[in-house]
Amino acid sequence: MKLGTMTIAAIMAAAPAMADLVFPSLSYRTGPYAAGGIPFADGYADYFTLLNERDGGIGGIPTRVLECETGYNTEKGVECYESTKGEGSLVYQPLSTGITYQLIPKTAADGIPMHTMGYGRTSAANGEVFNNIFNYPANYWDGASIAVNYLLSENDGDLSGKTIALVYHNSAYGKEPIRTLEELSAKHGFELSQLAVDHPGQEQKSQWLQIRRERPDYVLMWGWGVMNQVAIQEAANIRFPMENFIGNWWAGSENDVLPVGEAATGYKALAMHNVGADFPIFEDIQQYVVDTGNAAGAGDQIGTILYNRGLYAAMLAAEAARTAQEIHGVADITPAMMRDGMEALVIDEAKMQELGMPNFGPEFSVSCENHGGSGQGKVQQWDAAAGEWTIITDWITSDKSVIQPLIEEDSAAYAAENNITPGCSES
Amino acid sequence: MPDQLLFGMEVALNGLMAGVMYSLVALGFVLIFKASGIFNYAQGVMALFAAMTLVGIQNGQVPFAHLINATFGTSIHHFGWQVPALLAILLTVVVMAAFAWAVNRFVFRHLVNQEPIILFMATIGLAYFLEGVADLMWGAEIKKLDVGLPQGINTLIDETTFNAFGYGFFIDNLDIVATIIAGLLVAGLVIFSQYTKQGRALRAVADDHQAALSVGISLNYIWVLVWSIAGFVALVAGIMWGTKSGVQFSLSLIALKALPVLMLGGFTSIPGAIVGGLIIGVGEKLFEFLIGAPFLGGATENWFAYVLALIFLVFRPQGLFGEKIIERV
Repeated sequence: MKLGTMTIAAIMAAAPAMADLVFPSLSYRTGPYAAGGIPFADGYADYFTLLNERDGGIGGIPTRVLECETGYNTEKGVECYESTKGEGSLVYQPLSTGITYQLIPKTAADGIPMHTMGYGRTSAANGEVFNNIFNYPANYWDGASIAVNYLLSENDGDLSGKTIALVYHNSAYGKEPIRTLEELSAKHGFELSQLAVDHPGQEQKSQWLQIRRERPDYVLMWGWGVMNQVAIQEAANIRFPMENFIGNWWAGSENDVLPVGEAATGYKALAMHNVGADFPIFEDIQQYVVDTGNAAGAGDQIGTILYNRGLYAAMLAAEAARTAQEIHGVADITPAMMRDGMEALVIDEAKMQELGMPNFGPEFSVSCENHGGSGQGKVQQWDAAAGEWTIITDWITSDKSVIQPLIEEDSAAYAAENNITPGCSES
Repeated sequence: MPDQLLFGMEVALNGLMAGVMYSLVALGFVLIFKASGIFNYAQGVMALFAAMTLVGIQNGQVPFAHLINATFGTSIHHFGWQVPALLAILLTVVVMAAFAWAVNRFVFRHLVNQEPIILFMATIGLAYFLEGVADLMWGAEIKKLDVGLPQGINTLIDETTFNAFGYGFFIDNLDIVATIIAGLLVAGLVIFSQYTKQGRALRAVADDHQAALSVGISLNYIWVLVWSIAGFVALVAGIMWGTKSGVQFSLSLIALKALPVLMLGGFTSIPGAIVGGLIIGVGEKLFEFLIGAPFLGGATENWFAYVLALIFLVFRPQGLFGEKIIERV
């Protein structure tokens, strides 16, 4: 660490007057999904504001968040990319699986890295095929496996004879975990039933009547937006035991449970990072960002699940930029250098402690072969009376013996379709 | 009784209930189209705006708080009081009436005698404008709507059917309330249009607005009136759907559920909106139960509703209850 600090000091001393480090934020503060997009965008922006106000940026270079409104619309997302890529954008976080799929070939052609944390194309974890795409610390397939591993731990390691229903958004996003769950079903002997919910998901009576008839032991949910609130409400209506209902990490924010009220108590969801505002970094955010009037939003989202996710995503981007500065010995890095920093990123507990975010996320390191990180997650549970999520497990690791072959198969197919020769990029 | 038959009956009953919820949205479209020939694209957003306004008033939220705070550097969000549900509903009705007045004063008054497509385009603009205003006024976060409506399984129906068939039917209390309210709403609208002076004037404008003008009926007044009633219907739909899913921007998408109902029931018939809703509700639920889920991977309801509406449209282009289109040359 000392070496790193010295390197940064040397970079700062040597650095002439430079521009800023641009981090585009493809946010959605309007439209049907705004309630989820706003806290993420606030957290993302506030972290970089904190770095500017407290540290003078990264390696002495101020950061600039370039926000562009996508409305969670794929076409607008692509427009945002095209209109901001010329600004020296270092890394894109499109915050939408649909936009991600459109940007994969574009970012590859433009040499700009993309980080899709817990969403996007899962097989992008294979960095030998997807040189510019990163999806650490965990992806959808990890999520499916983490959920099953959690249920295994709840059932003394045996799920044979159990029934698990998957309620999923009928889209590319919602269908992502199906293949993994089918493999895990064959491996562990549980029966998997699949219930698709059409966009936007305001009417789910058919699906929940089916669940009421079939009485599965557990329900997993891959939902987003209004689908989540309706599903949790319908589960409460049919008196499905909430502790047996587990959403993925995009179905586990305050937005999803608050409209349901008391009946949502006990609902569980996966978590790719820790919850709440009980971390030292929030004192700094209060002092340097909120109190100085520089908060991105009204300041009322701080500590919520999706705010923390935006904060975490920004922290990972900033640390990758710092790593890139160390690798290349320059402070004013290019997107290609940023990519190298992302591929060499190491997040350990010492670093998270130093950043005021102890145990905020899993420890992981990135490599050319593995752009997906450790594939770990926790399980959180909602308490309506307290109005808060509580983490109820330690980090759970996904079953790589099932996921890795799927990643290799899918990425090999992508490489063949696009005439890509797998291999590591030259740094 | 075989299990599948019982399940089918339960699905059909729930389909009827879901159909009532669709009808609540469709009614607003019918009212405006009937009186002015305008297909109001903004009806879904009006439901959203009404529900957001209701929650905002109930919770004592300061409208445009973010804008005020950003402009003046203040930090105000709430007045610090809670408004009882009934009073909040009344105040929201006043807001929707004011909205109706403004829409006519600033938009449609200037578009009298324009082509229907122009009026339709104006409602598209109105929808996006209203969505933006709702966001600025009340914020984008998801809000819990609680006006005291019951939710969850009706235990009486559950126990009665269990005792009779050995299988308890699930019927949501909220759906039962929606059915009662829809019935009252339709009865109220029929009484209003048949037995009141304003109602007769409204029907006269619907039949021939130039003839209505010639006998001294104020077109502006009728349009404000009908947009106010549509605003009230939007509020009712917003309350029902908002109680179900929380008040959030996707509430405006409930309009998508009303379109097949309108195609089937006709754009000019209030009973058509109800019957159309029931047919769509039962049809899509039974199709999903019998064919969609077992053979097609599920999630068939959205598109099947439109298929069903198209089938009816082929045989009755004016819808089940719409006025027959006769043009002589």
